[in-house]
Amino acid sequence: MEQAFFLVLAVLSIGAALSVVIQRSPLYSAFSLIGLFACLAALYVSLQAQFLGAIQIIVYAGAIMVLFVFVIMLLNIRKDAQVLDKHRYLWVLGVPFGLVLAVEVLYTLSKVAKVSIDKPAIGDSQSIGYGLYTTYLMPFELTSILILLAIVGSVILARRDDEKEEN
Amino acid sequence: MVPLSWYLALSAVLFTIGAVGVFVKRNVISIFMCIELMLNAVNLTLIAFSSYYREISGQLFVFIVMTVAAAEAGVGLALVIAVFRNRQSLDADDANLLKL
Repeated sequence: MEQAFFLVLAVLSIGAALSVVIQRSPLYSAFSLIGLFACLAALYVSLQAQFLGAIQIIVYAGAIMVLFVFVIMLLNIRKDAQVLDKHRYLWVLGVPFGLVLAVEVLYTLSKVAKVSIDKPAIGDSQSIGYGLYTTYLMPFELTSILILLAIVGSVILARRDDEKEEN
Repeated sequence: MVPLSWYLALSAVLFTIGAVGVFVKRNVISIFMCIELMLNAVNLTLIAFSSYYREISGQLFVFIVMTVAAAEAGVGLALVIAVFRNRQSLDADDANLLKL
């Protein structure tokens, strides 16, 4: 039963990931990516990481992808421009390199112990919060500084230089 | 139960698809989305290992990765807007100078 659930989600997520790469319109790519995030959230829940499953939906699908879709619509991107001849080799190079990478990673992972997950750690908000405020307090605080820097940085980067135009 | 190796294989496939996307795509926003895809593949690995070892640390790493991804998306999209304002194009090949 759980294996069937996993297989369905795996097929859906691989299909969504392929669609992200194959779609020519960035907007369709973004919607495929939202589907992929939903599948991954379901997988997280099946791995007993309920909190991260919820966060995946709220932060990734809810916040980050809304930002992406907002920028795509703001810039009014239609589709990738017509493919130039000099870019055709990208597919020829990219796909074999990707296959090599896949074989490499799968070979490495095949040497990992083939053990079933019998009793996973429960990732509810209590255990996550306890870990964040005890063992990992320092990284947690550093993350908040990082977020602050990102806010200031993105405001400065995206600002229009009105002062320059006046001078 | 689902074996650990299945999760790892799925994660490897997703990561590869994301890497091929970064190779193949030329639109900056599409490249960004492929990077997000790769980050999520790594998150899946971390959570699978975290469950397998019954250790919560992996999930905390994923939590921090998500925060960093949010910061990265914010700054990255601001950069995209700044580049688009100057060049009227999102093609990665058009942004071949370090100045805006």
